Amino acid sequence: MTEEPRPYTLVAEVTYRCPLRCVYCSNPLDWARHGDALGTDDWLRVFRQAEELGVVQLNLTGGEPLLRDDLERLVEGARALDLYTNLITSGVPLTRDRLARLKTLGLDNVQVSIQDVTAAGSERISGHRSFERKLEVARWVKGLGMPLTVNVVLHRENLDHVADVIALAESLAADRLELANTQYLGWALTNRRMLLPTREQLDAAREVARQARRRLRGRMEVLFVTPDYYAEVPKACMDGWGRRFLVVTPDGLVLPCHAAHTLPGLTFDNARDRSLGDIWRDSAGFRAFRGEAWMPEPCRSCERRTLDFGGCRCQAYHLTGDATATDPACSLAPTHALIEAAREEALAPRSEVVYRASHAADGV
Amino acid sequence: MSEPRAITSESRPIVAPKARLRWDARTSRHLLLYPERGLILNPTAADVIQLCTGEHTVGEIVERLAAKYAQEPRETVEREVLTFLANMADRGLIHERHD
Repeated sequence: MTEEPRPYTLVAEVTYRCPLRCVYCSNPLDWARHGDALGTDDWLRVFRQAEELGVVQLNLTGGEPLLRDDLERLVEGARALDLYTNLITSGVPLTRDRLARLKTLGLDNVQVSIQDVTAAGSERISGHRSFERKLEVARWVKGLGMPLTVNVVLHRENLDHVADVIALAESLAADRLELANTQYLGWALTNRRMLLPTREQLDAAREVARQARRRLRGRMEVLFVTPDYYAEVPKACMDGWGRRFLVVTPDGLVLPCHAAHTLPGLTFDNARDRSLGDIWRDSAGFRAFRGEAWMPEPCRSCERRTLDFGGCRCQAYHLTGDATATDPACSLAPTHALIEAAREEALAPRSEVVYRASHAADGV
Repeated sequence: MSEPRAITSESRPIVAPKARLRWDARTSRHLLLYPERGLILNPTAADVIQLCTGEHTVGEIVERLAAKYAQEPRETVEREVLTFLANMADRGLIHERHD
């Protein structure tokens, strides 16, 4: 493929701070060591440079982006660049007035995370009592005439509730429902024994989602993201390394995916030191797994290599210790037995959870 | 929420609140952006979307397009517009205006 890489989406992780402590959080385990080093002007410069590179979609995420009191200025600046701006939020620290202000400044879409269909289930996953609050925020979004995405991360404790999740999203008049199965990186890998579902659970939930997608066509988009562990072929992680996405962390690191800095031996540049354009084109970290030259067999000669781009480098590293290995999620990977063993574990009784905390970097 | 109705020549389509059109200088195309996604529109599709304001019926949109692309038979234009709009409605990117 000779197609020029073009980033369409900037994932702006404006802070790692968050009132929730979800057991599957995708932030790095040592998140508390990273401050919010990028100031308002830094972020506005990052947005401008991203737009110059071709970015048209901006995800304001974290952590909880509402914890930044300059969020209004960031939304205003993004809209001035004609970026489609999506706020990805827990909803917890929001007021209706602030939401109305963000709408006026040009916010395009609000994505509210919901952990389960009951207050107790939600609290168990997020370590925070916030279920009713989230529903209220979702109603504000629609009440203000804004589009609403409801995002629910799925795992063994809530997969059997998917029909109720869909009904809840319908009652909120959501425009889009993301049923995203947990991907086992970050905190989710720590908690994999508790979170990984059985194949039976997953198949049943997928069928419920499929029927809802047909029934709700044109009204609510229903997305069901299968977990790699049951997919047999790896996911096209980030649509390929350094191909479509730019991620900028709260401390300014520019990454091809939100966990790339957990890979050893790669160097990534900071948006305070170099322009996004230079980093996108030239930084060693972005070049490391772009294209096909890095691929081992069986990827290198696999006809799917232009579809899955070799899968997830972070998963390869965190499961095998080698970031250049074939993604173990692939049934052709020499290390696929690691995935099969995890599936076996899923048949055993569940284990205790570890909540995201600031001291976990010292060893959980 | 009411059931979506099939798009007919009397429908008055309007772009959904979640979708927004913007010009893309790199491809010299309009993009229809919506959450996490975007469509690169060809010039005809962009013409149609720009007329989806809730004011014009599909019939009127077909008339405008047929006049602009006079080399195409009107029936072809009508078929293409209806197919495109049905596809957009399935994706929830246009709705029918409800009075």
